[in-house]
Amino acid sequence: MDFGSINPALLVASIMISATPILLAAIGEMVVEKSGVLNLGVEGMMITGAVVGFAVGVSFTSPALGFVAAAAGGAALSLVFAVLTQVLLSNQVATGLGLTLAGLGLSSLIGKPYEGIKSPTLPKLDIPVLSDLPVLGRMLFSHDAMVYLSLLLVAGVWAFLKYTRAGLILRAVGESHGSAHALGYKVVRIRVAAILFGGACAGLGGAYLSLVRVPQWTEGMTAGAGWIALAIVVFASWRAGRVALGAYLFGGITVLQLNLQAAGASVPVALLSASPYLITIIVLVIISARGAHGAPASLGRSFHASS
Amino acid sequence: MLRRTLLASAAVALTLGSAAVAQDDPLTAGFIYIGPPGDGGWTYEHDQARQKMEAHFEGKVKTVAQENVPESADAEGAITRMALSGADIIFTTSFGYMDPTIAVAEKFPDVKFEHATGYKRADNVSTYSARFYEGRAIQGHIAGKMTKTNKIGYIASVPIPEVVRGINSAYLHAKKVNPDVEFSIIWLYTWFDPAKEADAARALIENGADVVLQHTDSTAPQAAAQEAGNVITFGQASDMADYAPMPRVSSIIDNWAPYYIERVQAVMDGTWESKDTWDGISTGMVGIGEITDAVPEDVKAEALAMKEAIASGEYHPFTGPINKADGTAWLAEGEVASDGDLAGMLFYVEGINAEVPQ
Repeated sequence: MDFGSINPALLVASIMISATPILLAAIGEMVVEKSGVLNLGVEGMMITGAVVGFAVGVSFTSPALGFVAAAAGGAALSLVFAVLTQVLLSNQVATGLGLTLAGLGLSSLIGKPYEGIKSPTLPKLDIPVLSDLPVLGRMLFSHDAMVYLSLLLVAGVWAFLKYTRAGLILRAVGESHGSAHALGYKVVRIRVAAILFGGACAGLGGAYLSLVRVPQWTEGMTAGAGWIALAIVVFASWRAGRVALGAYLFGGITVLQLNLQAAGASVPVALLSASPYLITIIVLVIISARGAHGAPASLGRSFHASS
Repeated sequence: MLRRTLLASAAVALTLGSAAVAQDDPLTAGFIYIGPPGDGGWTYEHDQARQKMEAHFEGKVKTVAQENVPESADAEGAITRMALSGADIIFTTSFGYMDPTIAVAEKFPDVKFEHATGYKRADNVSTYSARFYEGRAIQGHIAGKMTKTNKIGYIASVPIPEVVRGINSAYLHAKKVNPDVEFSIIWLYTWFDPAKEADAARALIENGADVVLQHTDSTAPQAAAQEAGNVITFGQASDMADYAPMPRVSSIIDNWAPYYIERVQAVMDGTWESKDTWDGISTGMVGIGEITDAVPEDVKAEALAMKEAIASGEYHPFTGPINKADGTAWLAEGEVASDGDLAGMLFYVEGINAEVPQ
């Protein structure tokens, strides 16, 4: 065993890359759930973002354009969900699951011509001065723009929900859509906007996989990342800061266990491999035991102005 | 109630009827895949072989395929549905389908089943696999010669004999040409998860490996190696030539098409019977992808010579003396491993400082 071969700076850098896709998807889903809508289609929206982002990124040799297209693609798919659940009042759980299946199918259809192609990837930003710092520079300040953007997004969502009037209204809609409606807020419109935001974030997360982390298009490449994002929202008890913590914890354990294996740690491998899931379960149990779930009261309930 | 019974019996009659006249209909061959055909590796090659087989029979054979079938209880359902839909022969192409295949085969004695890489057979279940370890011996040789850090990374999928055999074969041949070589092995517990494969490759590279071998199905490790620069990789299951000449310097290619053609022909001729097939470089079931110019000329020549020797049967990759990792003797000087020993290999050979996960 030679733990000396694990370089902490590189490890932290890997963790940030590994966590970014689920962080993006989870922060979007948190906003959706805060508005009282449960969208289980994150996986489908992510993979749609991954393929659309890849296709556009390759076609225009511009990863930045790819990310924009991925956000639009994710949002477009989530619009289907929004119309079905908010206008036609379909069941949110079933529609969300359907969205995942539709997204997976659609993405493999779109992705066929893009298999085996290499994508242009985002350049690593070398932030002047900061990235030259010993250890810390490599660890924190030599990433691509999306890593920082995802963290800014978390801070933005936190500030929006906590300090703005619009954020307060969004939360009110999620807690009690009847009261919000009685006060004159457009419940459906607000929820549709939240769903579109969630779709766009999931799309970005997917594109981060196909344009940066892997980086190539392969069918089924999200491999369950969307489901982990959903779990992280619960894990975080619907708080932005904890979503970031959860994503980094999950990404961190995944990368750490791979590094431990590479360094030859004599820990049972199956246990290492399962550790991200085990820790998620343990934290969920602790949170539940405390009784403070923090779930929006109207989560998953359909709203119609007549009721 | 009565109506339902009537319908059911009508359905049975129809099925029986169509079975009786099946001679004129095209034969249906079903395929169960672990991943998507677009994985660029394992499933990709099975799907290519399926298409070649279908083309070979020019309309006399119809094929159906189901992708992304998990190696769980779901597999049994998927295979059953395929048998119910009228498939005459079903190829189940992953180790984890072994028990489900046997279970479904019991219920459909008239359907032929072909299970890839398993060891359980029945009257209507054949098994087939390729001797990938022959290809891995060649990769190990190139890896041992080319590593500068003497650290070789290995991305392993699921701890079954097939994978352990590959690790041992690569290690033995790397060690033979480079006594200082060390293997770092990462188990992913999945055959296909590009993001995890990329992370694993990065972890290995960050830990000093400058050669990454893989037994997972996507090309994500090649992309990670390319990003890192001075790291070489090998194509797994498929040529993965998009990454040649660097980082991918050679590959092991699965070539299933001749086997599929032969077996489907046997069903047509009525000569199909249960058997175990385990072919390698000699029959072309295992192919070695072009060794690129990134490999020095002399190393390339040695690798090709080894390929020849294996193909002619002159050399067996598991030839003694070889000890097990715990120090006990396994093969004596000059002794060649039996197929039975290889098929059940769940131990590392001496020199690999790790334990096979149980």
